[in-house]
Amino acid sequence: MSRPSTQTAASGTADYLDQRTGVGLAVKAFARKVFPDHWSFMLGEIALYSFVVLLITGVFLTLFFVPSMGLTTYEGPMASMNGVEMSEAFASTLHLSFEVTGGLLMRQIHHWAALLFIAAIVTHMMRVFFTGAFRKPREVNWVVGFTLMILGIAAGFSGYSLPDDVLSGNGLRITDGVVKSIPIIGSYLSYFIFGGEFPGEAIIPRLYVVHILLVPALILALIGLHLFFVVLHKHTHYGLPGRTERNVVGYPFFPIYVAKAGGFFFMVFGVLALMGATMTINPVWNYGPYDPSPVAAGAQPDWYMLFLEGALRLMPGQGTEWVIAGFTISLNVLIPALVLPGILFTLLALYPFIEAYVTGDKREHHIADRPRNAPVRTAFGVAVLTAFVVLVLAGSNDILATHFALSINDITNVFRALLIVSPFVAFWVTKRICLGLQRKDRELVLHGHETGRIVRFASGEYIEVHRPLDEYERWVRVAHEPRRPLPLLPAEDERGVRRKGYRRDAFRARLSRFFYEDRVEPVTPAELAEAQAHAGHDAAALERHDDGARGLPEGDGSPRQIGEGPDVDAERVDARER
Amino acid sequence: MSTHEGPQVSGEVTRPAGGELVTGDGEGQLPDRFPNPGLPPHRPRLADTDPAAERRVVRQVALLFGISALGTIGMVVAYFAVPPGETIGSMRLSNLLLGLGLFLAMFGFGAAAIHWAKTVMSDVEHVEQRHPQRSDPQTRSDAVAVLSEGTADSGIGRRGVLKGALVGALALVPLTIAVPLVGEVGGDWNVGKFRNTLWARGKRLTKDPSGEPIRAADVTIGSVFHVIPEGLRDSEHWIEEKAKAVVLMVRLDPSDLTEAPNRRDWSYEGIVAYSKICTHVGCPVALYEQQTHHLLCPCHQSTFDVADGAKVLFGPASRPLPQLPITVDDEGYLIAQDDFAEPIGPSYWERLK
Repeated sequence: MSRPSTQTAASGTADYLDQRTGVGLAVKAFARKVFPDHWSFMLGEIALYSFVVLLITGVFLTLFFVPSMGLTTYEGPMASMNGVEMSEAFASTLHLSFEVTGGLLMRQIHHWAALLFIAAIVTHMMRVFFTGAFRKPREVNWVVGFTLMILGIAAGFSGYSLPDDVLSGNGLRITDGVVKSIPIIGSYLSYFIFGGEFPGEAIIPRLYVVHILLVPALILALIGLHLFFVVLHKHTHYGLPGRTERNVVGYPFFPIYVAKAGGFFFMVFGVLALMGATMTINPVWNYGPYDPSPVAAGAQPDWYMLFLEGALRLMPGQGTEWVIAGFTISLNVLIPALVLPGILFTLLALYPFIEAYVTGDKREHHIADRPRNAPVRTAFGVAVLTAFVVLVLAGSNDILATHFALSINDITNVFRALLIVSPFVAFWVTKRICLGLQRKDRELVLHGHETGRIVRFASGEYIEVHRPLDEYERWVRVAHEPRRPLPLLPAEDERGVRRKGYRRDAFRARLSRFFYEDRVEPVTPAELAEAQAHAGHDAAALERHDDGARGLPEGDGSPRQIGEGPDVDAERVDARER
Repeated sequence: MSTHEGPQVSGEVTRPAGGELVTGDGEGQLPDRFPNPGLPPHRPRLADTDPAAERRVVRQVALLFGISALGTIGMVVAYFAVPPGETIGSMRLSNLLLGLGLFLAMFGFGAAAIHWAKTVMSDVEHVEQRHPQRSDPQTRSDAVAVLSEGTADSGIGRRGVLKGALVGALALVPLTIAVPLVGEVGGDWNVGKFRNTLWARGKRLTKDPSGEPIRAADVTIGSVFHVIPEGLRDSEHWIEEKAKAVVLMVRLDPSDLTEAPNRRDWSYEGIVAYSKICTHVGCPVALYEQQTHHLLCPCHQSTFDVADGAKVLFGPASRPLPQLPITVDDEGYLIAQDDFAEPIGPSYWERLK
């Protein structure tokens, strides 16, 4: 097609659409919308793209999967399964894996994409948390994202159970046991889920509806809302030179992000395809169809369920089942499976509101923090993550025991202790590291880069020459606002009358002190001026030395350089990009 | 460490307007904050200045697109040329070739687009202004006015009875869906079924899954049997019954056995049978250690002592596994004396009621 006719066709289509939809307005407003660029902003994209891959491969799978628990006898290419009685769900999983060309690939890509989906959500959440990108006006979007994480886990778990194999069947049985432990309604909830006694004949079709309709529809709707908020709020950016709370600096959506983000989707799909091609996942034919009697040793759930599994494993059973007035309360199940994750998830969902309460800060924030500049928040996040990692490892304690020839009882006891102790240690260590990094920033701003040039004066004194930071690299280290504890007004007013709400204020002030009492504030211009005035003595001495040295017989007119420093230019570029 | 004391109350702190310089109190004094230096000068890329470099990157982008096209073609060829076949090897090969084709098709395309964006498209940064999220006061008051106008039109403010009737009727409407749903979703809702299993007086212990009855004389010391009740497959809900009735049977040297006084006749010549369903959350407890007589649940590592009433030695389970009282019939086959004395499996609220 020649150029003019392409243009005519394009403008004709555009005209047709615009006359009917007024799309011109949207194109004008959004086509060149600016998005900031940073690798950490891609984590959420990975989640989005794995979800799209899940939809594509999932549709393929639905066309061949039979969500039925009706019994059938397998006959097919999988010799080891020939003549085995199994559910239609399991048989169709074998069929689509071995007889549908490309079916195994789609199934493996689907499973890997599900693992990546939740992993990307979690790391994206970590990025948002540690950079404070959940602050006003983005608290609501944090909650939307949190809900997406829960839905992602629900989607993963419901899909994992669909093939009706021994492994996932035992996972469902654990679910049933956990549900039954819920006081008063436990038994009824179990019947609600399974349509009667476990396992029944309803659970696979029910999970199927949850997995392919309810949860994906909700996820899709919430992704829409999530992205709408991203556009509405405009993306956060880091406190680099030229970036402010009032602007957004980056590249236009069209063409840069059409190419970059669009291309990134294909890359994510490509990597998942490579994983599906080369890495076996969930080979259900090795486990066999579900039967209530057998169980596999060393079985592991998908990674996002490991922390729950670990919590269940760590809880000691002795004396934790209580009978009160004839009713049974199994704390050994309730605490690890419901109370602990309940607290963890509630804290996570509410964190933006907690921090807003503590800081009393009602301003909008569009510059993402460097994690070191919010030491208590960062330390809190690391503490929670540490507990999470301990639980994940505890969920693999049998694998650790067999691979490293350790006693399972010892490992469990060690993890029990670690679960309690390690978050506190992690909190303290992280906070100290953050404060240390902030001090390093101050040091660098005040005294400049060490150049490695050592200079000897005529007096015999040695100094190392420092090169001051330029204003761009300095800005990264001084851009943040100092955060200070909220002041507490006295308990009584000037007439000695007890102030209303004092106790509440005192509580809030205490929290605020916990957050901000230990702090390192950014260098102020006055501090820098003072430091430079001080350093000026050395510089002046250096100059005097330069002048005076001319007459000395052994001198060549310049201070002697003893050491050669590292390539400071490379360091500077690095600092700027951070 | 700095020890500034200063109230940082919301909204009242001098707002570093967009990070711009906040001026200090007096004249001639240094500001409290550094000024934002603004965007650093733009540095052109090699391809921006060197036509040869630009031609090179364009060739690279085209090559990547070419790789993608080859991947697509390769996948289609693999689809026709290498079917999964009947053997594990051919299935693996088919999966591998299709997947590699798909990988090249997708990854090549993505890499081409991104390389294009990074090397050919302009990398001059744009600046857009942000605006406060809240609407301006005029819009807000207009919105309130519109709402109050609508409220007045509806009459709901004046006629309280309408409000009550509306809320009442609306609150009832979900029952139309919820009642039939809740009524049907739980089957017969007879949660009393947890209490009983298929085991009953005289029911033979049979092997799982063959259903072959077990003669006591055939059970050697140290051997383990996975047991189901006879006639399990004939029952209407056999899989639910199996989920409750599975039993693990072991023969120990009677001298190793510690038995509670009221259970002395529950075993037969050192043969003991326990529910296989863990009292923690219901996994089948299937790992038996012959030397120690320990039974380990592979799911959460609860450890039970088969030689001592299956009491809990370690792990998250709280209660011993329920014991199935057994004996032999006239022909020497192992039979149950009765059902379990307590509900098997994980605990639930009304378990002891």
